[in-house]
Amino acid sequence: MIEQPPANTPAVPPSPPSLFARFFSPGNRYLAPLLITSILVAGQLRFGLLESFSRTSLAIATAIILELVLGRLVVRKWPHLASAYITGISVGILLRSPDFWPYALCSALAITSKYVIRWRGRHLWNPSNFSISAMLLLAPEYVATLSIQWGNDIWAMAIVWVLGAFIVWRVKRFHITLTYVLSFLALSAVRAAILGDPFLSEVAPLTGPMYQLFIFFMITDPRTTVRSVRGQCVVVFLVAVVEMILRLAGSVVAPFYALAIVGPIAMAIDLSRASRAVASPIKRSA
Amino acid sequence: MERPVEPSRVVQVGVAIFFVALLAFPLAYKRYQRRNAAAHASASSSEILARYGFVLRESSRESGIHFTHQAPTLDPKLNHIMEQVASMGAAVSIVDFDRDGWADLYVVDSREGGHNALYRNLGNGKFEDVAAAVGLADVNQPGTGVSMGAVWGDYDNDGYEDVFLYKWGKPELFHNNAGKSFTRVTEEASLPPWVNANTAIWLDYDNDGKLDLFLGGYYPESIDLWHLKNTLIMPDSFEYAQNGGRKYLFHNLGGGRFEEVSRKMGIDSRRWSLAATAADLRGTGYPDIFVANDYGVSELYLNEGGKRFREAGKQAGIGFSPKSGMTASTGDVLNQGQFGVYVSNISEEGILVQGNNLWVPKAGSSGKDITYENMANALGVELGGWSFGAQFGDLNNDGFLDLYVTNGNVSLDKNRSYWYDYSKVAGGNRAIISDAANWPPLRGRSLGGYQHKRVWVNDGQGRFQEVAQLVGVTDVFDGRSVALGDFENSGVLDVLVANQRGPLLLYKDTVAPGRHWLELELEGTASNRSAIGAEARIFWDGRQQLQQVSGGSGFCSQNQRRLHFGLGRATAVDRVEIRWPSGRRQTLTAPKVDQILKVKEPS
Repeated sequence: MIEQPPANTPAVPPSPPSLFARFFSPGNRYLAPLLITSILVAGQLRFGLLESFSRTSLAIATAIILELVLGRLVVRKWPHLASAYITGISVGILLRSPDFWPYALCSALAITSKYVIRWRGRHLWNPSNFSISAMLLLAPEYVATLSIQWGNDIWAMAIVWVLGAFIVWRVKRFHITLTYVLSFLALSAVRAAILGDPFLSEVAPLTGPMYQLFIFFMITDPRTTVRSVRGQCVVVFLVAVVEMILRLAGSVVAPFYALAIVGPIAMAIDLSRASRAVASPIKRSA
Repeated sequence: MERPVEPSRVVQVGVAIFFVALLAFPLAYKRYQRRNAAAHASASSSEILARYGFVLRESSRESGIHFTHQAPTLDPKLNHIMEQVASMGAAVSIVDFDRDGWADLYVVDSREGGHNALYRNLGNGKFEDVAAAVGLADVNQPGTGVSMGAVWGDYDNDGYEDVFLYKWGKPELFHNNAGKSFTRVTEEASLPPWVNANTAIWLDYDNDGKLDLFLGGYYPESIDLWHLKNTLIMPDSFEYAQNGGRKYLFHNLGGGRFEEVSRKMGIDSRRWSLAATAADLRGTGYPDIFVANDYGVSELYLNEGGKRFREAGKQAGIGFSPKSGMTASTGDVLNQGQFGVYVSNISEEGILVQGNNLWVPKAGSSGKDITYENMANALGVELGGWSFGAQFGDLNNDGFLDLYVTNGNVSLDKNRSYWYDYSKVAGGNRAIISDAANWPPLRGRSLGGYQHKRVWVNDGQGRFQEVAQLVGVTDVFDGRSVALGDFENSGVLDVLVANQRGPLLLYKDTVAPGRHWLELELEGTASNRSAIGAEARIFWDGRQQLQQVSGGSGFCSQNQRRLHFGLGRATAVDRVEIRWPSGRRQTLTAPKVDQILKVKEPS
C-alpha cells in the first residue's frame, strides 16, 4: 500500500525521499525478503542454521512454483513472488526434518491455504504459521521446529533484535512486537508463579532464534493482522495469553499453535466488522 | 479499480481437493509405514532368522552376569535436576585380560563407593566376577570421583592389556600383572589429579610402537561435582558450548611414564566431549582423531605425520551443524575400503529432530583433502531417539557391517515428560542456560526415556533396515555403552549393552546356518603389541572390507580387539592385506574360513 499525500500539500513540492527512506518504507515489498535472506545466509555461514541448503531450496522452490501456478489458475494473474519467497524461506528455517518431503509439503500447504481458506476475499491464516502448525499436528513423527540457536551469544542476539526492531519500526509494526514481548514477559512471571519454576527459565525461549523469527516476521505479517493499531495490540496480547495456556499444558510449539488459533478468529471478526461498517450506511439510507 | 476475477467453479473445487489431499498425505504416509511394519512384525522367529540372518537373545543372567549400574549423587545444589546431570557412567569394554583366548568384559559403576566388575569368561558360556580378586573393583571411593569408562591397551608391550579408568574424578592407570592382578601406576604415569572425562582412547599417534592416550573432558576439570562453589556449571549453549573440559594427549615415553602434549600437538578445545575414536581416515599411515561433542559440532584432528594435529572439522565437512554428539564409531559401511564415522544425536518426535550422522567420504575424496557427507538419511540410519552408544559389526555374517544403536536418556515417571521444560531452557541465552539454578526441577519426570533401540541391518545395496524388535532387542533401559565381541569363539558377534541405572545386558547372537566368517587376532612386534591402529583389508568373492584394531570407540566402550569378518555364503577368501602401525605390510593368501587366525607382525 502506498500512502496518499496529505490534503494541505505545500506549494513547494518536498524533496523526494532518500534511497534509505524508500528502501526502509512499508511499501518496499523486497524489504522483508532481503532481511530474512540476510539472516538466513549469515546464520548458515556462521552457525550452520539450516538443516541443509537443499531442503530450504526445496521449500522455497515449491512455494514459488505453486504460487505461480495457483495465482495463474485462480486469480488469472502472475502474482508478486515476495510473499511466496518469504513463506518458503520461513518453512526452510523453522521446519526441521531429516526427510525432504515435509519441506515440499509444508510449503505447498502454506501457499494453497491462501487460496482455499478465505473469508471475504482475504486469507485468514499466516500461511507459514498455518502450514507449520498443521505439520506439527499431523506429522510429529517426521518434523519438529527450529531447534538450533544462533550462537547463543549476547551480541548475535542483540544484532538480530536491534535489526529486527528497526525494520518493524520502519514498516510501522513495532507496536505489535513490543506488545507481544511485554505480554510474554508479564505472563512468564505468572507461569513461574503457577509452576514454581525459575522466572528466567520461563523467559528463556524469548531469547532464542525461533522467537526472533516469530516476533519479527510472523505476528507482524500485514496480510494477516487486523486493521487498527489497538486491535493489533489486543490480538497479540491474546496470542500471548493462549500461548501461556498451551505452555502450561506442556506444548513445546505453543507460539505457533497460539497464533494459529487466535489469528484467524481475530481476522474473521475484523473482516466482519469492516463489512458491517461498509453495509450500515446503505442500510440507514434504505 | 480492477475487479477481481472469480475463478471457475471447477478450479475452486480442484484447488480445494488438492488442499485436502495435502493435509491427508502425512496421515496416509503414516498408515502406509505402519502397515508395512506390521507385515514384517508378523513373521515367526524362524522366518526372522531366515529373513535377516540372525536373532539376538538377552542372556546376561543365565551367563552369570548380575550387574546393575548405579548413578552418582552429586552436590545437593543439583538435586532438582540430579538424574539429568548424573545421566552418564554406564560403560563396558571387552578385553582378554588373562590371554586365555576368551573375551572377558569390564563394566563400571558410578555410585560413590560402588564396585566395578571384571567378568572373566570361563569358556563355557558362563562368566565370573574377578574384579575384587585382581584389584579392579573398589575404585570409586568417595573423594576420588566415580567411574565413567575404561579402555584397555598394552602400554608397556608386555603382552597383557592394561587398563585406563577415566572418571568424573581422578583418572587411574592400572598395570596388568600377567593376568593375575593389577597394580595402580597412576602417579608414575603423571596423570592429572582430576578430570571430568567421558571419553578416552588408546592410540599410537606417532607410530613409535608405544601406545599413547587421548582423554576428553566433559565438565571442566576445575569442577568437583560433589563440592560445587556455585551452580554455573552447565554448558553456555545448547549448540555452541565451549566451556567444557579440556582435552589431554598423553605421549608414552616408555617405562610407564607419560607426557601431556595436547597443546603442543595442536589439540586445544573446551567443547563438551562425549566420544572419540582414532583411525587412519586418509591413508597417511597415522591415526586421525574424531571427537564427538555434546552441545556442539564434532571435531576432526588430522594427524600430520605424528608431529602435530590440525583440527579440520569444517574443512572436512563435519564441523558445521552443531548437534549433541554422543558416540563415534568407524566402519567400512559400503565395503569401499574407506571408513565412515557414525555419530549419535538426539531425535524426539515433534520436539527435536537432530538425526544421527553417518559421515561417509565423498566420492573421489581421499588423502589430505578428504571431505565427508552425511549419508545417514540416504542409508536409513538417521532417526534413533536419544541415542548414545553405537557400534558397527557384521551381526549376520553376510559380509556387510550392520549397526547397533542404543537409545534412552532418563526414564523415570513414564507418563510425565520433562521435554517441555528442557526445550524451554535449552533454547535460552547463555546467561540463563549455563546456570543450573535456572533449570526447572525434574520432579520425577522422564526425559527421552523408555526408548526402543535400533538394530540396522545393512542390505549391501546402500540401505539399512531397522529390525531391533524383530530380532529380539526389546529392552527399553537407558542405554549408554555398546560393545561387540565373540564371547564363544564361534564366529558370531554378541552385543553387550551397559544401561544407566539399569542392568548390563548380553545379547547372544545366533546366525543362520551356511554363513561363513574369519576372525583375525593381531599382535604387534615393531608396532604396539595390542596392534591398535593395525588395518586389515580382506578380499573375497569380488568384494572387500576394511577394518582396524581400535583402542576405543562408541560411547565409553571398547569392542573386542579381535577383528571379525562375515563372509556370507563364500567359502574362500582371496587374501587379507594387513598394514601394521609400524608401516609394515603383510599379505595372507587364501586363509581358511571359519577360523580365528592369530597373526604376529613379521619382523
